[in-house]
Amino acid sequence: MSGSDNGRVAVVCRGVEKAFGTGNTRLQVLRGVNLEAPYGELTFLLGPSGSGKTTLLSIIAGLLKQDQGGVQVLGQDLRKLRNGEAALFRLRNIGFVFQQFNLIPALTAAENTAVPLLAAGWKRKAAIGQAREFLADLGMAHRADEVPSKLSGGEQQRVAFARALIQSPKLVICDEPTSALDGPTGRRVMELLRRIALSPDRAVLVVTHDFRILEFADRVAEIRDGVIEKVTTTGGAR
Amino acid sequence: MKTESGLRFIAWQMLTGDRPKYFGLVLAIAFSTFLMSHQMSIFVGLLDRTRSQIRDVQDASVWVMDPKTQYVDEVRALSFQDLYYVRGVEGVQWAVPLLKGVVRAKAADGTFRNSILMGVDDASLTGLPQKFLAGDWRALRNPKTVAIDRVGYEYFFGRRPYQTGQELELGPQVVRVGAVVDASPPFVNLPVIYARFSEALDMAGREPRQLSFILCKARPGVNEEDLCRRINAATGLKSLTSGAFGRDTIWYYIRNTGIPINFGITISIALLVGALVSGQTFSLFILENMKYFGALKAIGVTSARIVGMIVMQALIVLAIGYSVGISLTALFFELTKDNLDLRGFRLLPEIMLLTGGLIFAVVLVATILSVRRVVVADPAVVFRG
Repeated sequence: MSGSDNGRVAVVCRGVEKAFGTGNTRLQVLRGVNLEAPYGELTFLLGPSGSGKTTLLSIIAGLLKQDQGGVQVLGQDLRKLRNGEAALFRLRNIGFVFQQFNLIPALTAAENTAVPLLAAGWKRKAAIGQAREFLADLGMAHRADEVPSKLSGGEQQRVAFARALIQSPKLVICDEPTSALDGPTGRRVMELLRRIALSPDRAVLVVTHDFRILEFADRVAEIRDGVIEKVTTTGGAR
Repeated sequence: MKTESGLRFIAWQMLTGDRPKYFGLVLAIAFSTFLMSHQMSIFVGLLDRTRSQIRDVQDASVWVMDPKTQYVDEVRALSFQDLYYVRGVEGVQWAVPLLKGVVRAKAADGTFRNSILMGVDDASLTGLPQKFLAGDWRALRNPKTVAIDRVGYEYFFGRRPYQTGQELELGPQVVRVGAVVDASPPFVNLPVIYARFSEALDMAGREPRQLSFILCKARPGVNEEDLCRRINAATGLKSLTSGAFGRDTIWYYIRNTGIPINFGITISIALLVGALVSGQTFSLFILENMKYFGALKAIGVTSARIVGMIVMQALIVLAIGYSVGISLTALFFELTKDNLDLRGFRLLPEIMLLTGGLIFAVVLVATILSVRRVVVADPAVVFRG
């Protein structure tokens, strides 16, 4: 399903525009956004509330379609895909870490981690076995059978990372990964993210408004009022 | 090979993982099922009681009555001349009189109650129930001897064991109880007393000394509907098969009493309450899981597969809730079957099916509304904290 990887850039946005509503209630959220997220890098999309970063993230994830402009994700123009094809593309190629983790309360850590595998058609035993191994690599083996309510915020975040990475996606999208955590825990989470998520054939896109974690970024794109105002290459906390 | 068993596992865990919500859902559907099936059973049982005396006459298949008679409890006396006319109609194998009246019965200890008096043919005893709890039909051969049903026996003489030999005052007569019969419960739960026709005329007191109905049997090979038409043409009397007379009686009560309206309202309220409770509980369950379904959509589970998960959850709670509810109704009628006020009420297969259909429709509507909410939900909602 994915075409070429467009050189070494995983995500390319060119002149992306998006508005909601019509007439007097029409709200122009994105106004010609240009953005690149290269492989092997942690790209931060930084901006205040209402700047359009969630809308841009949703378009990159294939959950929304832009009105104008082009978006290439892993070489694929998602706008050309039908809903079912876009879902399959996400399942195979994109890992998600949500702001509120969105771990299913009734599933254990291992079962939550195995969700993408189960959705991809793996047998339950094999999927959960794989998830246990993955959690063990993250130092979570002893917590694999606990439900989310029994886990700390940091542990839930690790499970969320495990769920996002278990299918070895080429793109990982993290939405405000530290907003629910205190400063030290947030730093540990970002260190972990850099350690486990970054690889030469994977891009990581992090949406945040948390300035405390900017040191972990390789590249920071600042968005304000629907426009990317500045892109800074930082080198990350290596 | 691709399998949906993984998603079914997730759906099952989401449904049963939160025990209070899961039991709440099952109980809501069980409660609605019980309410609907119980009320419908009482309604049907009550209407069925209106034709109990018709049903208890098993020997005769055709009832002849005054042309203006509308139902079994509204009697205008016929003459003996009418009986002879009916016997003369072509196709009638035999025809016998039946008296139906109300008489005040009084026991030796002074306990009294209005009772239904059935005077059955002296020779054939046609119209006498065929199940005896004490004594037998031969007792009615004796003078001033009657048979009494369970309700009457227990009212006048106390609980079982059933025995014979007690005395009762029926109008001006003192009679002896010669048998206890298992008569179908009448609409109004009055005692039913059976006597030979010739004696019942005297017991009926001020009732006209005439017969209430003529019971007939068609000759072999004669169609009963044809015979009814022939009797009507020859005598001017109304003539109906037992089945038709039973239906007419039921419809009379439906048209002329508040029973169907009141029970209709009760059943509608049961349905409405059931629909609201079940629908609301299921919708809340889906609403509370929206962000997880949203996360699944974002991860790459298609809307169709999520709909499949929700339908599976709905079918599970429907099956379990319905089974629990219908079992409770069946248990209620099983436990109350010996209660004289509630006997005759039972859970019919038709009511089980109808209740199943209604509760399925309720869950279906709730599911459609919930599914719609999930399908049209903006998948980007998962990125909004």
